[in-house]
Amino acid sequence: MTEGIDETDRPAVLQGSGPDLFSKFDPLIEQRRALLAGGQEDPFSLVMERVLSPTQAICNGRETILLGTYNYMGMTFDDDVIAAGKQALDDFGSGTTGSRVLNGTYRGHRECEDALKEFYAMDHAMVFSTGYQANLGIISTIAGKGDYIVLDIDSHASIWDGCKLGDAEVVPFKHNDIEGMEKRLKRIPAGAGKLVILEGVYSMLGDIAPLREMVRIAKANGAMVLVDEAHSMGFIGPNGRGVAEDQGVLEDVDFVIGTFSKSVGTVGGFCVSNHPKFEIMRLVCRPYVFTASLPPSVVATAATSIRKLMHGGNKRAHLWENSRTLHAGLKAKGFQLGTETPQSAIIAVIMPDLERGAAMWEALLKEGLYVNLARPPATPANMTLLRCSLCAEHSAEQVQTILGMFERAGQRVGIV
Amino acid sequence: MDRAAVAERIAGIIEPFNKKLVAITDATTFAGDLEWDSLTVMDFVAEIEDEFDIIISMNQQAEIETYGQLIDAVARSAKS
Repeated sequence: MTEGIDETDRPAVLQGSGPDLFSKFDPLIEQRRALLAGGQEDPFSLVMERVLSPTQAICNGRETILLGTYNYMGMTFDDDVIAAGKQALDDFGSGTTGSRVLNGTYRGHRECEDALKEFYAMDHAMVFSTGYQANLGIISTIAGKGDYIVLDIDSHASIWDGCKLGDAEVVPFKHNDIEGMEKRLKRIPAGAGKLVILEGVYSMLGDIAPLREMVRIAKANGAMVLVDEAHSMGFIGPNGRGVAEDQGVLEDVDFVIGTFSKSVGTVGGFCVSNHPKFEIMRLVCRPYVFTASLPPSVVATAATSIRKLMHGGNKRAHLWENSRTLHAGLKAKGFQLGTETPQSAIIAVIMPDLERGAAMWEALLKEGLYVNLARPPATPANMTLLRCSLCAEHSAEQVQTILGMFERAGQRVGIV
Repeated sequence: MDRAAVAERIAGIIEPFNKKLVAITDATTFAGDLEWDSLTVMDFVAEIEDEFDIIISMNQQAEIETYGQLIDAVARSAKS
């Protein structure tokens, strides 16, 4: 080993503790230190050593049932999906090394956009490298300085960041508050551009939005409507197009944002639209232009998976059965849940505080169950949540096993 | 709208939010003196918006740190 390498491995320790740009993180560093000092397993650095199936993995050395992934339709190990990815690796190589608008559009990207157009029955589809970038790009590009964005206060971080990047006037309303949204729309100065941003499923509590009313009111007030359907694709609505389809208002939605990293089972994001001028977005949307396109294997797996999701009726039915069973079971055992009824594939269990939430998370992990621990600022109303997301590949027996694990862990930690 | 009239109406609205019973002046800060979290700010802003039938966007809120600045901003936005 050369001395040069040795040097970089051991950077000089900074002397003194004067304030610098990292000082703002001190409260969080201290909170984390205190939590882990008690011997708590770190909820935010879990490593999956091996993944056995969409519902099982070896985590931190233990065989674990996965109940905290967004693999709703269990497509990650689908034979056809994997075969398509391998073929694309052979035929097109490992990556495109370029932007979609330069050398980064391969046949596979077009085929993926064609699959999306067919899936949603819409005229245009634009594939981004992640779902985060899809929101960031579309929102910041269509709503600029002087325009108004009216949005739900519990919107995803990628939506907020898109608002900020575009410099529009941002006007939030209380979660799912139809009247609050309408009042704000009516106060916007005449002539200003208006965009209403909603989500189909809000992923923290797993509740859905009253889109039928909200979309109607938004259109009546002259706003364009963008709906993020990341957590509904594939299993909500008659064709799996999401909550807007389920509530019969999809044709009044101007832009649907979605992702490949949930039901589709890979990574990437997209926007579908019927707007006649939509294609100009490919030239003006910076998070689309100034980044490398998805690797050929990723768009091949995505396209194959999207086409299979069009015919996933049986899987859909089983996923809903799992969601209903888990919701009813947890409720019966005395856990406090985020929704009165199961509304999606996400069931949020409300924890009394972060300490007991983390303890419960660890107790479940030791039982052999992985769930998501969610905490402020990601959560609404400063809640600590254990978020369970179900998969169509969870068997009925696995769901019963999960309920037993929750009961034992809950009793050990003193939550039920 | 007349600043004094705005100040009087806001004084009535802020009262139930002032849980620490801070003596409020134009220089009182929301984050520092009143120690409001983001949820409280949201509820308070919504009441002001409804009272005066105006929008206080998040962009505007970012510029408003003190009670006096809030009164000025509302007086500018509100119609008489």
